[in-house]
Amino acid sequence: MAGITAATSHRRRSRGPAGRGSWGIAPTALLLLGAVYCLFPVFWVFIAATKSPGELFSTSTLAFGTGFLDNVEQLFAYRDGVFWLWAGNTLLYAGGGALLSTAVSAISGYALAKYRFPGRNVIFNILIGGILVPAVVLAIPQYLLFSKFGLADTYWAVLLPQILHPYSIYLARIYASAAIPDSLLEAGRIDGAGEGRLMARVAMPLMVPGMVTIFLFQFVAIWNNFLLPFIMLGDDGKFPLTVGLYTLLMAGANQPALYNLILTGAFLSIVPLIALFLTMQRYWRTDLSSGAVK
Amino acid sequence: MNQGRRSAWPYLFLTPAVVLFTLFLAVPIGYTVYLATRRTKVSGLGLGKGARREVFVGFDNFSAALADAELWQGWLRVLGYGAFVLVVMLGLALLFALLLDSARVRLARFSRIAIFLPYAVPGVAATLLWGFLYLPSLSPIRSVLDADLLGPTTVTYSMANVAVWGGTGFNMLVLYTTLRAIPRDLYEAARLDGASELQIALRVKIPILTPAIILTTVFSIIATVQVFTEPTTLRPLTNTISSTWSPLMKVYRDAFVTGDLYSAAATSIVIAAVSLVLSFGFLRVVRNHAFGEG
Repeated sequence: MAGITAATSHRRRSRGPAGRGSWGIAPTALLLLGAVYCLFPVFWVFIAATKSPGELFSTSTLAFGTGFLDNVEQLFAYRDGVFWLWAGNTLLYAGGGALLSTAVSAISGYALAKYRFPGRNVIFNILIGGILVPAVVLAIPQYLLFSKFGLADTYWAVLLPQILHPYSIYLARIYASAAIPDSLLEAGRIDGAGEGRLMARVAMPLMVPGMVTIFLFQFVAIWNNFLLPFIMLGDDGKFPLTVGLYTLLMAGANQPALYNLILTGAFLSIVPLIALFLTMQRYWRTDLSSGAVK
Repeated sequence: MNQGRRSAWPYLFLTPAVVLFTLFLAVPIGYTVYLATRRTKVSGLGLGKGARREVFVGFDNFSAALADAELWQGWLRVLGYGAFVLVVMLGLALLFALLLDSARVRLARFSRIAIFLPYAVPGVAATLLWGFLYLPSLSPIRSVLDADLLGPTTVTYSMANVAVWGGTGFNMLVLYTTLRAIPRDLYEAARLDGASELQIALRVKIPILTPAIILTTVFSIIATVQVFTEPTTLRPLTNTISSTWSPLMKVYRDAFVTGDLYSAAATSIVIAAVSLVLSFGFLRVVRNHAFGEG
């Protein structure tokens, strides 16, 4: 609020010859240009998904078609409904993985922020060092190790390696420092609460807004991951949408008759994330140090 | 208070993270290093038991990777692609963040959400959308722009465009969040001294943003060096992308198509080393320039 009032009261004063007035609508126009660039492909694929195979090549590229429901029906009939399976798998990987990841990050962040103990900095630095390890050095050995234990090409192979997320631990530590007052923990201790109880009943509830943010970023990261499931999985019944779409593209790239399925699949696979994204606006933050979400 | 009993708790809280780190990060890294220094040795005709043995070969695989012409071509392609992506993506992210932060912009909320939206689109889907937009038969772009967007030279920039489209919003959000955390009084003081909006952006905001810009650059370098999803997904739509277009694609081919795990392991370590060297090199250059230290 303070920022808004300050900006209004100074607006008149700064309208000098060198003031802000000279900029006109250029900043707004530039930003809108950026917005159009970002929305355009999404808008286009929505239009393309409404076209029947015939319309796709005959009608104007920016005119809606009449085949949306047919396309959806065809896509769901494709190979006995394998697209549904991919969608369900993606939800399982992203939902389950992000949930576990958030729990592990929150509890680690809390321990690192609110306890002083020997080895704290060493453990923190080693865990955080994981941020710099490129996924490429991990993917092959992870696959080989999973095969050794007979776990390659299982749900576990995609779920387990994505639980640990060093950057989330870092965010959780920052958030725990800002959101949990030491005095509250001390008061709990004086009342005789055990450390496990303090964590579960006092610390975790205070961390919920930060945990929502961590969950969302992890959910999107796992939903969007291609390399790991691409390497780990062979059975297309376990594929997530990303790998499924890729196989659909591989099968249909040379058959324009399948283009409408690919485009409808691409459109349907981005709808859930865009919905999640628009409804959870206030939790999409990259800085958790200010404590509560406004 | 029983300090001895309490002091075990933080370790207990950190156990899940440490176990996951060991299993899915430390062990795979160790295994990659192990594989990279070994090779199958064939004695005699390679028939019968014991004719194929795995032996220690030291740095042989690394020197082979460094002498590999195919890999070098991959590095050159990724260098051109990466330089373009980093400059354009981070430049746009900075520009948009600064514009959003200036008080004069209209429809700022709409633009911010629209520009961040591609973050919710998986890399596979993004490449697919743009890939179809590049196809002459479907594209509204191609009716305006008369160029082969998937030709041998243009394909690099077409691919870079996908990465810029997908990554600008996230980086913009990181920078914008940092800008919002700066007390507004600082700008008022500069304005009273007669500074224009542009001067404030250049002399006040960018210096404050420097750490955030460095962070986003380092993360972008690490991601760009490992580029895999975009070229792999675009491959079915054009014959200008080889199966070894990027170094990581060569690792994938070595490991899973040719079955040469030892070369793949060595190459993936080289990729990791290159991204670390680039990241730290960048940090060094920035530190010398920004803070004037030798």
